[in-house]
Amino acid sequence: MKRNSWKEYQKQIADDRYYYARSCIRQNFFPGSEKAFIDILRNDLGRDLLDDPKHSSCTGIGYHSDIVPLETIMAVVARQFALMTEAGYENLVASCITSFGVYSEILATWEEFPETEEKARENLLKATGREFRKPASLAHTSDIVFHFREEIARKAKRKLVNTLTGEPLRVVEHIGCHYAKIFPKSGIGGSEFPYVLAGMVESWGGQCVDYPERRHCCGFGFRNYLVQANRGYSIANSHKKLESMAPYKPDFIVANCPGCAMFLDKWQYAIAEMEGTTYGENGHGIPVLTYEEMAGLVLGYDPWALGMQMHQVDVEPLLDKMGIDYDPAAKYLGRNGKYIGKPASAVVNGCPPDTLYDMRE
Amino acid sequence: MKKAIIIGGGAAGMQTALRLAERGIEPLILEKEAEPGGKLRGWHALFPTFTPAEEILTELRRRIEAQGIRLRTRAEVRSLTPKSVTLADGQRLECDAVVLASGFTLFDAALKEEYGYGLYDNVFTSADIERMLNEGRVARADGTAPRRIALLHCVGSRDEKVCQQHCSRVCCITGVKQAMELKQRFPEADIFNFYMDIRMFGPGYEEMYREAQQRCNVHFVRGRISEAAPTLDGRIQIKAEDTLTGRPLRMSVDMLVLLVGMRANDDNAALAESAGLQRAPSGFMAPRDHFLHNVESNVEGIFYAGTVTAPKNIGETLNEATAAADAVAAYLKA
Amino acid sequence: MASINFGYTISKPRAIDVDRNNLRKSDEILHEMPELQTCIGCGSCTAVCTAGNLTEFNFRRVHTLVRRGEYAGAYEEMNKCMLCGKCRLVCPRGINTRGVVMLIKHKLGDL
Repeated sequence: MKRNSWKEYQKQIADDRYYYARSCIRQNFFPGSEKAFIDILRNDLGRDLLDDPKHSSCTGIGYHSDIVPLETIMAVVARQFALMTEAGYENLVASCITSFGVYSEILATWEEFPETEEKARENLLKATGREFRKPASLAHTSDIVFHFREEIARKAKRKLVNTLTGEPLRVVEHIGCHYAKIFPKSGIGGSEFPYVLAGMVESWGGQCVDYPERRHCCGFGFRNYLVQANRGYSIANSHKKLESMAPYKPDFIVANCPGCAMFLDKWQYAIAEMEGTTYGENGHGIPVLTYEEMAGLVLGYDPWALGMQMHQVDVEPLLDKMGIDYDPAAKYLGRNGKYIGKPASAVVNGCPPDTLYDMRE
Repeated sequence: MKKAIIIGGGAAGMQTALRLAERGIEPLILEKEAEPGGKLRGWHALFPTFTPAEEILTELRRRIEAQGIRLRTRAEVRSLTPKSVTLADGQRLECDAVVLASGFTLFDAALKEEYGYGLYDNVFTSADIERMLNEGRVARADGTAPRRIALLHCVGSRDEKVCQQHCSRVCCITGVKQAMELKQRFPEADIFNFYMDIRMFGPGYEEMYREAQQRCNVHFVRGRISEAAPTLDGRIQIKAEDTLTGRPLRMSVDMLVLLVGMRANDDNAALAESAGLQRAPSGFMAPRDHFLHNVESNVEGIFYAGTVTAPKNIGETLNEATAAADAVAAYLKA
Repeated sequence: MASINFGYTISKPRAIDVDRNNLRKSDEILHEMPELQTCIGCGSCTAVCTAGNLTEFNFRRVHTLVRRGEYAGAYEEMNKCMLCGKCRLVCPRGINTRGVVMLIKHKLGDL
């Protein structure tokens, strides 16, 4: 797809020495992604990154669900900054789009209303005895991977190309709402034509498809999916996107937000079970990747080391297209070779359901 | 003989010059482009009568030539005072009064990124439609005839997001006019105009609006299109709210026409600074007042004509040019 | 299918989807009564409506929906009209509103 304006939305991205702020939920749903990010940065790119066990959740989910007050989340964020300052770092990178949005919003609020920053400093000092400096640069981890996309391309072992046909893989990129819809200028490419994922896809040989509902939200929305009664309209958003993208026959979806990647993956399961509809090839779903997994595959990482066995939609059809040599027998073996269990068969993976159960029971 | 320099060779500048000559003042028109005519060049037909723009332009140019009025083209102005104008090449021209008739700048539709102008095939501006009408061939990018067309009002007008808070006035009636012209060319096509308010301020405009509705069956939907996206078959999917039913509305169209607004001339800031002229918050030049001195600037000896002060139609512009020339004459006589 | 009860279903879109709607009836109505297109949504009809002051009936909204191809329930809604004619007296565009009620009922119900 054509994009003319992305270069007008540039931001400063630090080149080295990152303080890494993890996501709360990614370790559960895409457990290899954050490790892949650390490995790629340290081992493939030779950068320094601090993965600090002392930092906590940013409490963004609680904040957006109306259970964590603004003053509290500001104190928590102030503590993350304090930990960064104490460790001697000044470039904050957040693994989560919600966190990235929270940090951006709080820094902007402090800028606009300095008394709120004073209050946060006071609260933090009272509660923990810590003090902090604000980050010199704030980026999302997808910004960092975007920043190094050409370097990764030079080290690539594989391309985003269908090795059977030689054609570029067709990729749907999905950007988390809080990446650029809060502050369009803080995202590469702005909010309408974000380039952060598309840039990686293009540098690594793939091709992005533009489809009518590209800019639509996945439906995550915190409060909405947390309450079962609201999930009908939460899932309807992913449903709408999948319906809209399916005619373009994408080979995979890549997302830069923990919630989006999870929803676009897991809702395909729910839709298939409810309605029998699947959106990929041969009655299967469309594989959903994180950008770290995408980068990892390009750099030659083993898919099971990247945690791709934890996806709801099987990724094997994509691995086959990319000509990736993987061991099917090793799929459900954990890092130490221990069997981690196997999921029940699912309509979304081309199998009839072999279990009947009622969620209410 | 007293001399006046007119900056801008569009409808306002030419009419000012004609009237000045009539009043015994020697005018010199400075036109930035290679040809006079301003925005009238490239426009097809004028509302509400479908008068060809070419007709007005040809007549103005004929009169300018007949009167032997001096016109310098490719003359870009860098600065001005009441007694002189300095060109971009440093040349300084002396005079007794200056009329600023430098017009407006057309809003760049690409700034409303959500509509994908310049990215998606089959998204056009009202200026593109006029050009295509002039070329005698209105068609989609692949050359086929449209079956469904949407026109969107207020692109770059009344929009805080692009720093254009004012109403450009003429786009509503342009939208009605173009809907009728398109309907005439494509009688089978369904045409939808998406609007926030319909502002029919001129004589015959409301009548034309009604004709578009009743005779031409143009659908008017009150709601602003929020985003446009391409479909697999090269069409454009649009989303809006049908506010009169309180429901979101979506459809795909073969052509999306963005009715782009008039914004303050890009040159206003530099010119205003060079001469100490006041500008309105919209960036348009601010006349001394809106009633008794609406063609005079806050600087004695510098006058305004046409859209340099606000969006106007051609008729208003021509009237104002006459008034500005008369004000110059009164000033030079005193 | 639906072997699993998730406790919720996929919500249906609320948007008027002009691509999916069949506009044939709407086109016929507008062809027979082109003046209906001149409605400017002023709401005078609904303001004076005998039925609309006592029920949810909203003449302006219903005929606008019909024009977009949203026919569901329009016939039943138009049945609430008492045909008193006050709306026609106040319409600034001179639309034969009673005629619109009868035409929509005829096209969408009296088949």
